[in-house]
Amino acid sequence: MKSLYVVFLVDSTSHALRIEIILHKQNIQSKLIPVPRHLSSDCGVCVRIAIDQREIAEKILESNKIAYQSIDVL
Amino acid sequence: MIIKKNKGEAEHLLYLDNAATSWPKPPGVADAMVHFIESVGANPGRSGHRLSVEAARIVYRTREAIAQFFNISDSLRVVFGLNITDSINLALHGLLKPGDHVVITGMEHNAVMRPLHQLEKNSVMITQVACALEGTIDPNDVKKAILPNTRLVVVNHASNVCGTLLPIKEIGEIARHANLLFLVDSAQSAGTINIDMIRDQIDLLAFTGHKSLYGPMGTGGLILGERIDPQEINPIRQGGTGSRSEREEQPDFMPDCYESGTANAVGLAGLLAGLAWLNDVGVEKIQADEEKLCQQLINGLMEIPGVIVYGTHDAKKQTATVAWNMEGVEASTIGMRLDDEFGILCRVGLHCAPSAHRTIGTFPDGCVRFGLGAFNSQSDVERTLKSVARIAKEKT
Repeated sequence: MKSLYVVFLVDSTSHALRIEIILHKQNIQSKLIPVPRHLSSDCGVCVRIAIDQREIAEKILESNKIAYQSIDVL
Repeated sequence: MIIKKNKGEAEHLLYLDNAATSWPKPPGVADAMVHFIESVGANPGRSGHRLSVEAARIVYRTREAIAQFFNISDSLRVVFGLNITDSINLALHGLLKPGDHVVITGMEHNAVMRPLHQLEKNSVMITQVACALEGTIDPNDVKKAILPNTRLVVVNHASNVCGTLLPIKEIGEIARHANLLFLVDSAQSAGTINIDMIRDQIDLLAFTGHKSLYGPMGTGGLILGERIDPQEINPIRQGGTGSRSEREEQPDFMPDCYESGTANAVGLAGLLAGLAWLNDVGVEKIQADEEKLCQQLINGLMEIPGVIVYGTHDAKKQTATVAWNMEGVEASTIGMRLDDEFGILCRVGLHCAPSAHRTIGTFPDGCVRFGLGAFNSQSDVERTLKSVARIAKEKT
């Protein structure tokens, strides 16, 4: 099955919200979801976006100097 | 002012204890808290479901609003605590090591004095720079107090006793020049006077939410300036953060490293509404209005025979907190009479600040303190002055 989403794994919910707000300002819709168990044992949330927006989202975060742990395809 | 039914009669209470906590709160604060309880309710940052995320979003928005208010670009450097005292404890206990020297002023509150005296037992050295009778300080005296092992300068921006403002910008410059860290206790000033962590060269800013930021009690925090490496400040409590749950060691990233346990999200929702109101009205407008009332109050009190007013007597050099006494009448008697006979509520005694009272010459007897707020009016001041004049007249 074709992947539809990528997720940004982050340190905490605050970090996830920061990404959500910055992406929202650039009209990129995101959703905070529980971290999938197969990606991490962290019980927090990560930021999910549509896979076709991955590149632009990465660029936005880089230009805003926003760090994250990893990007994973769902 | 509110109306209270007392034995069938309407009694107009006049609240003049805003230096202890602001009241009433602006419209919207209680609504935001009720909304949180009734419609959000979940634990912020502890689960991935929509209500938990919404709760975390409200806490995050408050963090952003605080960062913006004090001019800090990274809102994750805002650490929420139980209250400002808790946050000052984090700064002092987290930062100072045996052998470190701290410079403080003669106007500090016990929120600073008590943690420091505790740390003194652990070989932390303190120099308290004397202030003038009006509560003012010569920044050069701060400079002279710096030793080779000085790590930190702590200043109470505005006295909780007589309102006197201390020159944080000048002291911040001295601290920065000597490569020292600068901690400001803004309990009495934040919200009534503009504070800019960059302009004022503040490394650590402790703030309370329930005074002039017009939020509820149980909100406050410490902001870590960009020069502070979080590794420099040890967390004073450890526990669950909702992050890195697989690890039994405290996380090392901001703000989770300092924020263990469930946050007071209900209170922070209220604080967010308080800040929105404050930004809407404008700190400058509140400052100008309070300045006028404060000068009216000071001038009026000084005209009453037997009344001694402490501080600078200049509303431009202080917050709208006025300390005074009446010759021959104990402060506690005045406080009781103002409440019982005139419905005026204020605070008397030593105000948790024996150092400041020693400075202004009112230790150990204390004084009467009127704390004006954004919701007081000229007629409130007139009523207060009439009431004090009546007590003074009856005395003779």
